[in-house]
Amino acid sequence: MDLSAISPTLLIASLMVAATPLLLAAIGELVVEKAGVLNLGVEGMMIVGAVCGFAVSVETGSPYLGILAAMAGGAILSMLFAFLTQFALANQVASGLALTLFGLGLSALMGQSYVGIKPPAMGTVDIPVLSDLPVVGPILFGHDIVLYMGLGLTAAVWATLKFTRAGLILRAVGENHEAAHALGYHVVRVRILAILFGGACAGLGGAYISLIRVPQWTEGMTAGIGWIALALVVFASWKPWRVLLGAYLFGGINVLQLNLQAAGIAIPVEYLAMSPYLITILVLVILSADKSAAPASLGRPFHASH
Amino acid sequence: MSTPLLSIQGLTKAYPGVVANDNVSFDIGEGQVHALLGENGAGKSTLVKMIYGLVKPDSGSMTWRGQPFAPPEPRVARATGVAMVFQHFSLFDALNVAENVALGMENPPPLRDLASRIRDVSETYGLPLDPSRTVGDLSAGERQRVEIIRCLLQDPKLLIMDEPTSVLTPQEVEILFETLRKLKAEGTSILYISHKLEEIRSLCDHATILRLGKNVGECVPAETSARQMAELMVGDTLQTPTRTAQDGGAEVLRVQNLTAKSGNPFGTSLKDISFSVHAGEILGLGGVAGNGQDELLAALSGELLTTPEAVKIRGDAVGHLGPNQRRGIGTLAAPEERLGHAAAPNMSLVENALLTGAIRKSLTKNGFVNWKGTKDFAEDVITKFDVRTPGSDRAARALSGGNLQKFVIGREVLQDPDVLIVNQPTWGVDAAAAAAIRQSLMDLAAKGAAIVVISQDLDELMEISDRFGALNEGRLSTLRPTAGLTIDEIGLMMGGSHGMEVAHIQEEAGA
Repeated sequence: MDLSAISPTLLIASLMVAATPLLLAAIGELVVEKAGVLNLGVEGMMIVGAVCGFAVSVETGSPYLGILAAMAGGAILSMLFAFLTQFALANQVASGLALTLFGLGLSALMGQSYVGIKPPAMGTVDIPVLSDLPVVGPILFGHDIVLYMGLGLTAAVWATLKFTRAGLILRAVGENHEAAHALGYHVVRVRILAILFGGACAGLGGAYISLIRVPQWTEGMTAGIGWIALALVVFASWKPWRVLLGAYLFGGINVLQLNLQAAGIAIPVEYLAMSPYLITILVLVILSADKSAAPASLGRPFHASH
Repeated sequence: MSTPLLSIQGLTKAYPGVVANDNVSFDIGEGQVHALLGENGAGKSTLVKMIYGLVKPDSGSMTWRGQPFAPPEPRVARATGVAMVFQHFSLFDALNVAENVALGMENPPPLRDLASRIRDVSETYGLPLDPSRTVGDLSAGERQRVEIIRCLLQDPKLLIMDEPTSVLTPQEVEILFETLRKLKAEGTSILYISHKLEEIRSLCDHATILRLGKNVGECVPAETSARQMAELMVGDTLQTPTRTAQDGGAEVLRVQNLTAKSGNPFGTSLKDISFSVHAGEILGLGGVAGNGQDELLAALSGELLTTPEAVKIRGDAVGHLGPNQRRGIGTLAAPEERLGHAAAPNMSLVENALLTGAIRKSLTKNGFVNWKGTKDFAEDVITKFDVRTPGSDRAARALSGGNLQKFVIGREVLQDPDVLIVNQPTWGVDAAAAAAIRQSLMDLAAKGAAIVVISQDLDELMEISDRFGALNEGRLSTLRPTAGLTIDEIGLMMGGSHGMEVAHIQEEAGA
């Protein structure tokens, strides 16, 4: 066993990379749930985003176009969910589960010819002076643009929900859709926009796995991150900064346990592999003891009848 | 006469199976308090929703100060100067007062300025309110203040109030009326929807009466008696409940030193309550809400278990039996809260009928439900209690409050109980239906049932009960025969039985 082989700098830098797909998907789902919609299709939207991003990057040679395609792919798939739940008034749980299964199958079909190919690499953002700082430089300022987008998105979602009128209306729709309708707000329109935003975020999170973190395409490569994102939103009490904390905690322990495995520590691999899930859930359960309630209209279908 | 503020001409709106409004016309003048009067289901709410832009009329037109007015959505109506306080508050529990107010405004100022404006308006109109409190923690009266302030901040020309007093205490009603009179003095017109006739007589300048969606008459409330208005509303002479005097039957229900802790952390515990009810007798229990009414009903119905000896039915100790076991021995109850307590909101009327009627009506056999028998029972309740619904398969939540109330009372009464406990039996029910419910309770007593009626409505208790008592902080006053009881004496009983003793001593000393 050689623990000295684990470099703290590299460890922290790679935990940020490991956490980003989870953070992106969870922030998107947080907005969806704040609007009162429970979309269990995060995993499906992520994997479709992953394959769309991968395919477009390979075909065009531009990882940036790939990222746009991933967001579009996730959003288009979420439109199916929006149609089913907002117009056809289908059950949200069943529709979400169907979306995941559909997404997994669709992505496998779309990705058949891309197995084993290496995508064009996305450059890191090079900030003069800051990126050259010792220790801090490689940890904080040597990453790709999407990682910073994830952090920016967290701050933006937090500020929008807390300070803006749009955020207030979104929360109102999620809290009591009948009252929001009575006051003249367009419940279905707000919810569709939220669902599309959630789809785009999930697609982006998926592409981050296939283009940056791994980077290659294999079937089912999101490996349950979408489900973790769903749980994370609940355990984070629908608060953006807690989602960030939970995502980094999960990513951090994941990276750490992989390093420990590589270093040959005398703990069975199975225990190490389950540790990120256990510890993240434990910490967030303790944090969520303040009993912040779910949006009151979460998962309830809305139909404007008078 | 000058141009009216709002003139309604021939508004018609039909829903599948029912015409909610049929060619309704009337005018609201500037600075007028106009009452819209009608029974449950007369189409009052649909009419105001058309004025507020929530519902589009099928035909007919409206004019606002002479200009055509057809709001496609509420924000247009608001921009014109229409504001509305809803019957079921359109508030968001998890948001604070200022956020709730902001959601009802077109162009709200930043939250900090809004908070100070809320404080200003609440002081001007005598409606104290803290903008930073979470709405979920407020009382019904305070929640209504949030709605009213939300309207007032938009400087409305026409304020619509849909049954505003149904959830308020008498003191809160007085405060509300002061505010409305002040608004009227400032030139705001008010469209006031209610079926409480005395309120309309004291507040409104003019009344339009709707019956089954049609405009059936207009009157000046101050010059019309409550009885005349009620008869216009019902379209029939109003039956005053009557009953024949009963000789004392056998003692059926005895409560002895009942002490119980409330199941609700904010509830009132029952302290040493003793009384008995005889067959054929109606015992009326009054008192300000929250003084142990819910807990007493729970203790009698079996929801709140006590020591066996505390509650006796025909001499048998039953305090430890649950609701179904008590139903088995003929003790039924109808709690106050219709949705969620007396009825399961998302279940149909048939299913709701099964929930309490299964035992006494033998609607289940070997664990299987007799749906046909249950449907017959539900339809029996619907017919006999004039519950207005398209069918017994409708969900309980789809019924208006008054109609559901008729259903939950009828469901218990038609099971022929030996002991019936009801809490607020006519809450939110219009005059004709309330009279019918009271009559059914009296008829049940005449057949030999022992009945306990818990109510906030003193007139109701005076009308139907043989003996009266008041709950105060979980204690019960001395029971007294209703005949000859004066309002002053009742007030003293409600203030606490000890107060009454003192008053008697003082009277004697004075004499």
